[in-house]
Amino acid sequence: MIHTFVGNLGHFLVITAFVSVLISAFSYWKAQRSDEIAKPSWLSYARIAFYIHGASVFGVVASLFYIINSHYFEYHYAWSHSSAELPVYYQIATFWNGQEGSFLLWAFWHVILGAILINTNKFWEAPIMAVFAAVQAFLLSMILGVVIFNVKFGSSPFILLREAMNAPIFQLNPDFVPKDGSGLNPLLQNYWMVIHPPTLFLGFATTIIPFVYCMAGLWIGKYKEWVRPALPWALFSAVTLGIGILMGAYWAYETLNFGGYWNWDPVENAIYVPWLVLVAAIHTMITFKKSNNALKASMVLSIATFILVLYATFLTRSGILGDSSVHSFTDLGLSGQLLVYLLTFTVLSVWLLGKTWSKIPTSEEEVSTYSREFWIFMGAATLCVMAFQVIIPTSIPVWNAIVELFGGISNVAPPADQVAFYSKWQIWLAVILALLSGTGQFFWWKKVDKQKLKESLFYPAVISLLGSGIIIVVAKVTEPAYILLLTAGIYSIVANGKILFSLLKTSPKLAGGAVAHIGIAMMLVGVLFSSGYSKIISLNNTGMIWNKDFPEEMNTKNLLLFQHETVQMGDYSLNYKGLRKEIDGFPGYVSTSAIEAFGDAYKVVARKDIEWKGKKYFSEGDTLVLDNPENSFFEIEYSKSDGKKFTLYPRFQINESMGMQVYSPDIKRTLTSDLYTHVRTFPDPESETEWNEMEEVTVKVGETFFVNDFVARVQGIERITEIPQVTLGPEDVAIKARIVISGADEDYIVEPIYLIKDRMIGLIPEEVKDVASKITFLNVHPESNSFTFGINTTQKEWVILEAVVKPYINVLWTGTLIMVLGFAMAIRRRYVEFIKMRDKGQEE
Amino acid sequence: MKKSHIFGIIIIAVAVMVIVSTAGDASTYVSFGEAQELAEKGNANMIHVVGALKKDEQGQPVGIQTSPDMLSFSFIMVDQDNLEQEVIYNQPMPMDFLRSEQVVVVGSYKKNKFIADKILMKCPSKYQENEIKVGEVR
Repeated sequence: MIHTFVGNLGHFLVITAFVSVLISAFSYWKAQRSDEIAKPSWLSYARIAFYIHGASVFGVVASLFYIINSHYFEYHYAWSHSSAELPVYYQIATFWNGQEGSFLLWAFWHVILGAILINTNKFWEAPIMAVFAAVQAFLLSMILGVVIFNVKFGSSPFILLREAMNAPIFQLNPDFVPKDGSGLNPLLQNYWMVIHPPTLFLGFATTIIPFVYCMAGLWIGKYKEWVRPALPWALFSAVTLGIGILMGAYWAYETLNFGGYWNWDPVENAIYVPWLVLVAAIHTMITFKKSNNALKASMVLSIATFILVLYATFLTRSGILGDSSVHSFTDLGLSGQLLVYLLTFTVLSVWLLGKTWSKIPTSEEEVSTYSREFWIFMGAATLCVMAFQVIIPTSIPVWNAIVELFGGISNVAPPADQVAFYSKWQIWLAVILALLSGTGQFFWWKKVDKQKLKESLFYPAVISLLGSGIIIVVAKVTEPAYILLLTAGIYSIVANGKILFSLLKTSPKLAGGAVAHIGIAMMLVGVLFSSGYSKIISLNNTGMIWNKDFPEEMNTKNLLLFQHETVQMGDYSLNYKGLRKEIDGFPGYVSTSAIEAFGDAYKVVARKDIEWKGKKYFSEGDTLVLDNPENSFFEIEYSKSDGKKFTLYPRFQINESMGMQVYSPDIKRTLTSDLYTHVRTFPDPESETEWNEMEEVTVKVGETFFVNDFVARVQGIERITEIPQVTLGPEDVAIKARIVISGADEDYIVEPIYLIKDRMIGLIPEEVKDVASKITFLNVHPESNSFTFGINTTQKEWVILEAVVKPYINVLWTGTLIMVLGFAMAIRRRYVEFIKMRDKGQEE
Repeated sequence: MKKSHIFGIIIIAVAVMVIVSTAGDASTYVSFGEAQELAEKGNANMIHVVGALKKDEQGQPVGIQTSPDMLSFSFIMVDQDNLEQEVIYNQPMPMDFLRSEQVVVVGSYKKNKFIADKILMKCPSKYQENEIKVGEVR
C-alpha cells in the first residue's frame, strides 16, 4: 500500500511555510515603512505569519522523519537514503543525508533563530526580520518541488519513488513498494553523522544574524548601532561554525583513510573561508567604537561572511565541483536556483552598501602604529588574505565553467598536491597571525607608547624564545618555516598567558579574548607537529625497488603482512591475526572462524564456545546477532621489544547495494602521540581462490596431523540428518568430521562432510581462511576405523597497511577546547553588555 | 603617504602574488601526447590525464603488473586521444581498480615513464539510480 497522506501533508506544509514566510517578509517590510499607528498591526501580522511558518517547518520535519522512521520505501527519500534495518540514531542521520533534508535542517535552525530574534530585540525586529524572512523564503524554495510554467522550483523530499524514477516495474504495478531501501552510505554510519551536520548547519544558519543586522542598519540609517546586538551573535556563529569544522576534521581523522584531519578538499575550503572572514569581522566589530574606519570594514566583512556561506552552498550543491571533491552532494538540478539565491543577496547587499557608503561615518585621523586599531586591522587583513588565498584555487571549477559559458576552452585543474600548495601559504600567514595575536593584545586595554610596549613585551619575548629554543632542540625542528611558526605560536601563548594572568586578578570576565587566542596558538602548534612531523613508519627502508623504472625516492609507504607472520616495523613487531566481527552483547571482537553464516545477513551461529577474559558469553550452536554485517575488522597486534603489546582493529565496510568499500583506521592514542593504522587493501573476498595440489592423510579419531604447518586433530565423526541446501532421502547417508586445528591464539573448527546421496558420493569440503587451507572428507575405512582427508593449501591471508605516527596531536584538540571556552566567555560578556543597554532603553 | 595607503598597497601586492601563485601551481587536464611534449620542454609540473584501462576484446584489463610484494603496480592506460601509456603507481592496487571505467591519473613523466602520484577512479556502481530491486511486494 502506498501511504500518500503523509507525503501530501508534508508537501502542503512546505508550500504553507514558503507562502507564510513571504507574507512575513512583506509585512515586516511594511511595518518598517509605516507610521507609528499602522506599525503595530503590520508587526503582529508579520509575527503571526512567521509563527505559522515555523509551525509548518516543524510539521515538514516531522512528516519527513515519520516517512523515514516508518520505512515507507515508496518515497524516494526513504528509499535512497535509508533501509529497514537502520537503527533510529542513523535514521536521524538519514534525515539530513540528502540535499533536501539538509536544506530542511538549515531552515529549521532559521526558524528557531528567528523566534529568538523576535523575542529578544523589539527595536530591530521589523528591519532585521524582513531581510531574515526573505532569506528564509529562498531557502524554502529549494525544497518547494512545484512546477510553474514548465520551470521546476526546488526538489521536494516528498516525491514518491514512482514519480522520481521511470522504472518498468511501475508500468506493471504502479503500487509497487520496494521491500528495502538502499541504506546509508557506510562512510556516514558514524555517530559524527548524527552530531556534526546539525552543528555545522547551526553555524551556517547563524551567519545570517550579523548580516541582517548590518543590512537593517544600512537600511534604516543606524550605521553604528547594529554592531552591539550583532556582535554576540557573530561570536556565537564563529564558535559554532568552528566547532562544526573541527568535528568534521576529527571525524575525517577517525574514519576516513586519507591519513589526516584536513585535506584542503574544496568542500572543506568552502567552509573554512567564511569562518576566517567571520573571525576578521568580529575583530573589526570589537574595535569599531574607537575608530570609524573599522565600521566600514565590519560591514563589508559581515556581508562577505554571509555571501561566502551562500557561495559555499552553491559550490557544494550545484555539482560544479564535479569529481574534484569527495564530499559534495549529488546534483539535483538546483544550480540555477542556487545561483539566483547567491546573486540576489550579493547584488542587494552591494547595492545597499554602495548607496549608503558616503553616509557611513569615517575617520580621517591617521592610525597610529601604537594603537590597537592598527594591530587589529593587520590581523583582520591577514585573515582575509588567508581566506582569499584559499578561495581562489578552490574556485577553479567555477572559472572553467565561466570560460566555457562564453564559448572558450579551459582545462585548468586544481593544484596536483593540494596539501603542499595551500600549506606553503597558510603557514606563513599563520606566523604573522600568531605574532599579531600575541602583540595586539597589549594594546587592548590602554594606549601604549614605544617605551611601555618594550617593557611589556620584553619578558614574553624572552620566555617564548627560550621555550621554543628548547623545543626546537629537543624535537629536532629544522625546517625554517616550522621554526618560525613554533616560535610565533609559543610567543602568542606566553603573551596571551601574561594578559590572562593579570586579567584573572582584576576582571576575569574580560579574559575571553586572551583564552581564545591561547587556544588558537595551541592549535597552530598542534597542527605543526601532527602534520609537519607526521611520520610514516610502515615505510619500506630496504632500499629495494621492484621496478627499475621507479625513481629512487619512490620507496613504498606500505607494509605487507601475511597472517600469523611477524614483521618488524620500526620499534614494533606486527602480526596480523585475522578478520573479526562485532557481535551484539559481546565486549570484544569475534574471529570469523568462530562463527558461521546461515543465510540471514544479521545472524550467525557460534561454531565453538566464545569467551572473553575467561567469561563464557556464548556456547557452541548459539545464534548470535551481528552488530553490523557490513563491518569487518582486521586484528593487528603490535608488540614492542620490551614485551608491551596492544592491538588495533582497522575496519573494512562494504555496502553491497551501493557497491562501496570503505576502510577506516584505528588509532592508538597516547598523551604525546597517536599511532594511526589503516589497511589499504586485502584479498578481494569475491575473487576465486587458487588451491595447491591436494595432499591426503588417513587418520583415526583422536589422531593428529598437519594442516599447512598447523597441528590438527580429528575430534569426532557424526552422522548428520540435515545439510543446508541439500535434501536427504531415507536411503541417503551424511557424516561430518569435526577437526580442530590449533592456532597460536585460538582453535579453528573445520567440518567437512561426506555424503552418499542417491548412491552417489558427494564431498562437501570446508575452507579455513585463517589457516589458508581447505579440507575435504575423502573416504571412510570401516575396516580400520580410519578416515581419509584431502588437504589443499593456498596463499595465506594478508593485509597491506600504512602506519603513521602523529606527534602532539592532542595539543591541537586541547587548543580547540580552550578556543571554544574563550569564545564562550566572550559571548557571555557581549551578551550581558547588549542586555544591559537594551534594558536601559538605549538600544536605538 | 599615509600608513593606510602603504597597508593597502601591501595587501594588493599579496593578493596579486596569490593569484600568480595559483596560476603557476594550478595543474591542467592534458593528454599523454601533450604531457610528453611538456616533459621534453623540461616542464616537470604534475598534470592530470583522463583515460581508461586498456582492455582486450572480452573487456578484461591487460598489461597489469603487480610487484612481488604487492605494494606497487603498473598498468596500461589509454587516454582520450587513444594513446597508450604505461603508468607506474607506488601504492597497492585498490580492490576495485580493475572494475573502474574511468581513471584520472595525477603525475608526471620521469625518464619517459609516467609516474602517478595520485589515481582517481570512477567505478560503475553496482547501485543503479534507476534500478529497483524487485522483491516481494509488501
